[in-house]
Amino acid sequence: MIPQQQSDFDHNYLKPYYGKLFPFADIFKWMTYGHDGKHPGCDQSYFGRREFSFTLKGDFYLRFQSFNNALELENSIKEKCPLKIDIGPVYTVDPAKRHAYAQGDNNVFAPVERELIFDIDMTDYDDVRYCCRGADVCLNCWPLMTIAIKVIDASLRDDFGFNHILWVYSGRRGVHCWVCDGKARRLTNEQRASIADYYRVYKGNENSHKKVSLMGAALHPFLATSYTNVLKDYFEKILLTSQNLLATEERYEKILSMIPDESIASELRGKWQDSRRSSSAKEDINVVRWEQCKQLLQSGKHKAQGLRRCVEEIVFFFTYPRLDMEVSKHMNHLLKAPFCVHPKTGRVCVPIDPNQCDDFDPTTVPTLFQLLEELNNEGSRADVNGAEWNGTSLGNAIALFRTSFLEPLQKACKEEIERSYNLKLQQSKNSVGW
Amino acid sequence: MEIVRPQSHRNLFSSNDAVSVPSLPLYRSAPPLEVRLEDFESFAIDRLRVLKGISDGLSRGKKPEEMEKLVKELWKVNMRHQHASEVLNKDIISHFVLRLVYCRTEDLRKWFLSMECALFRYRFRFLTPEAQRAVMDNFDLTCRAVNNVEFESIKEKLGQVARSMGQPSPTVDAIFYKVPFEEVPELVAGRKVFISQGYAYVAMNQVVSLVATLFRSQLSKTLILTNRKWTSSIREQEKHRLTPIVEALSSSYLGPDFSQPREYAEISLKDIDQVAKSSFPLCMRHLFDKLKEDHHLKHGGRMQLGLFLKGVGLNLEDALAFWRAEFSKKVGLEKFEKDYSYNIRHNYGKEGKRTDYTPYSCQKIISSTPGAGDQHGCPYRHFSEENLRAALSRMGVNSRAMEDVMDKVRNRHYQLACTLTFEALHGMTCDAGINHPNQYFSDSQKILQPKKDSSAQNLVTARE
Repeated sequence: MIPQQQSDFDHNYLKPYYGKLFPFADIFKWMTYGHDGKHPGCDQSYFGRREFSFTLKGDFYLRFQSFNNALELENSIKEKCPLKIDIGPVYTVDPAKRHAYAQGDNNVFAPVERELIFDIDMTDYDDVRYCCRGADVCLNCWPLMTIAIKVIDASLRDDFGFNHILWVYSGRRGVHCWVCDGKARRLTNEQRASIADYYRVYKGNENSHKKVSLMGAALHPFLATSYTNVLKDYFEKILLTSQNLLATEERYEKILSMIPDESIASELRGKWQDSRRSSSAKEDINVVRWEQCKQLLQSGKHKAQGLRRCVEEIVFFFTYPRLDMEVSKHMNHLLKAPFCVHPKTGRVCVPIDPNQCDDFDPTTVPTLFQLLEELNNEGSRADVNGAEWNGTSLGNAIALFRTSFLEPLQKACKEEIERSYNLKLQQSKNSVGW
Repeated sequence: MEIVRPQSHRNLFSSNDAVSVPSLPLYRSAPPLEVRLEDFESFAIDRLRVLKGISDGLSRGKKPEEMEKLVKELWKVNMRHQHASEVLNKDIISHFVLRLVYCRTEDLRKWFLSMECALFRYRFRFLTPEAQRAVMDNFDLTCRAVNNVEFESIKEKLGQVARSMGQPSPTVDAIFYKVPFEEVPELVAGRKVFISQGYAYVAMNQVVSLVATLFRSQLSKTLILTNRKWTSSIREQEKHRLTPIVEALSSSYLGPDFSQPREYAEISLKDIDQVAKSSFPLCMRHLFDKLKEDHHLKHGGRMQLGLFLKGVGLNLEDALAFWRAEFSKKVGLEKFEKDYSYNIRHNYGKEGKRTDYTPYSCQKIISSTPGAGDQHGCPYRHFSEENLRAALSRMGVNSRAMEDVMDKVRNRHYQLACTLTFEALHGMTCDAGINHPNQYFSDSQKILQPKKDSSAQNLVTARE
């Protein structure tokens, strides 16, 4: 386990961070979704109906912050220096005026649009990683996040047809996902819950039994594809060894307890209890034992019910993504904005390219101290737009945000605005009289 | 729809749904019928009996086959008419009247929507295939059937889905409907359909789910519109005729939801430990014990236990003291005030949109999905057998009753299992059956403290 380094964070340094590095213009462009007033079809009120919330020093919490334009957003953040900025939904009306609209039973203040979001946190995997616990992460367990990104990203695109997906490092021990297609933003709570449930495989907790149960004669295509394309290889080629899943008695017992057939479990136990003396040092002991385990389970000799998918169940248990269901299910759930600095680690919440997520290393993500030092060393090298991040390690993160996410999104939004504007024009031409 | 005085008895016939074929009206628009004032009320009451019966059945955790039988029976008994030709009109009229009644608040709309959708779903199942197709036509579904070429390209995946549910692979003449995944949330959630590029491929035998969702979204929108019309014009116009009837109808049939705590069930902070041992159902007892042990509960647990406590009469001040005492041991006083007290006040309707939340019923708790680190849910459903046995014996359930309880659990009759536990612990039968944790509590208190200040003399005798 790599020990958590001394936190690279000091609240005083947020001021220069917000002063020179935080990409306000990009966040604003994102949040307007094309409604920047340049097209007659733009909704001028759109940005102003979005909720932001700030966590200030001393644990003060300001909800329902809203802004009319980029400058207001920027000034407020620079002035307040929030420890954390959360993004909420777009409401029917400006959140600052919500009290005027809450009339008894008929609540006219309600969320109307909100990105489909996912939050994947390493602490939910504590029962399948031995290198770290709780808030710690290292390069041995980080592949679990890589797996989650690959599985969910592929499915969001291939199964649900979403295109505008942003993955962000949460700053410490997990990843967030923002699905920003118009279709996604307009999903109801029920539809969000259905997608979260579609992704749910790991069930139960310390009170219940077997936590991955894959019934049926076949796997659903989504699970089958995930297994074949991602889970199997990561389990066999990376996690088995890096987590030493079968190397000691305590660890292999955990896997043996997932085999419903006691005779198979004891046969394996018998093989493994003595194999300390086994000669071949060439092959990793975890790999060898897994082969033995698979052979018995898939041999077809024991055709018991519940054995059919045992191998897959074990692999799923150790690898399949574990999402926080509550985050995804409700439109009004707040989520931390990208490019915030995590107060416990000092790391910036940078975007992750899903196509290169194998190369993402959470231990080399730029920190607040590092960035400010870079700024000092480079001297002032503001680019055309006054943005100083260009010469720093943050430059790559922002470039990624723009080219792989923001630009395609803006293009699509503009097209959508134009399309629906033209449609409205057409409709009003067609409707005659009453 | 025109409401006429009792004297003029004329029945017009022209609804846009054919009367000859037994079919399912979609209630898209109020039909041009004349209705007698007395029928206005009596039709609505009959339909309300059906809806209330459905609500009851669901909260008792009845299984789909039982619900089907129940709905058939309820409809037959309540919705018939002496003139066979009038049956459809009664159906339509009663629905529209109840729409007026139940459009007026969010809670009423929610209830009405749930019950009408359940009713629609079960009635759809009883229709002949032709009648079902007629309904599907109405929702523009038949045109979304998958053609042969597309079927061939996805046949294998469709087969995988079917086999993952223990069903045979679809044959070459199987019909599938291609619809946006948003229209079948249930099927998506259960991974019961193949999804590709935003479309779900729905099998013929899953069409009920699809049609039900479309019906639901249609009705949901209309209810809002009806509410607007009601508030803006109808209520005033009908001040002396329909409005009093409408207002009386909504308060008559909903069962107790424990949002107002009963007088004799009021408890205070000092009582909690004691009543937790004697009168809490297992789900709440478990949450309570875990809270005492860990000085923490995750959100689901805080909601389930917190609202339950509200329902048994714990006031806001005591509730804050209770949670503060436990949580501050783990997270400290300051963090409690900042992060948790807001939510407690929220539950009591003192923050945010100020909804006064109602305690969860058994049906809701059973259908929850506790995950890693959660302690909420229904132990009869969510615990493994050993853990459940251990928890029950900690509560004091004897070994004979234990077997009966476990037998119910194995057959997935979770509420019956809880009822048996109640009976074993209180030495009394509970004929109504448990369908709400607060009901368990108040029934238990009724037995243990028959009068607020009485001694234990008139405690009923043990069952054996």
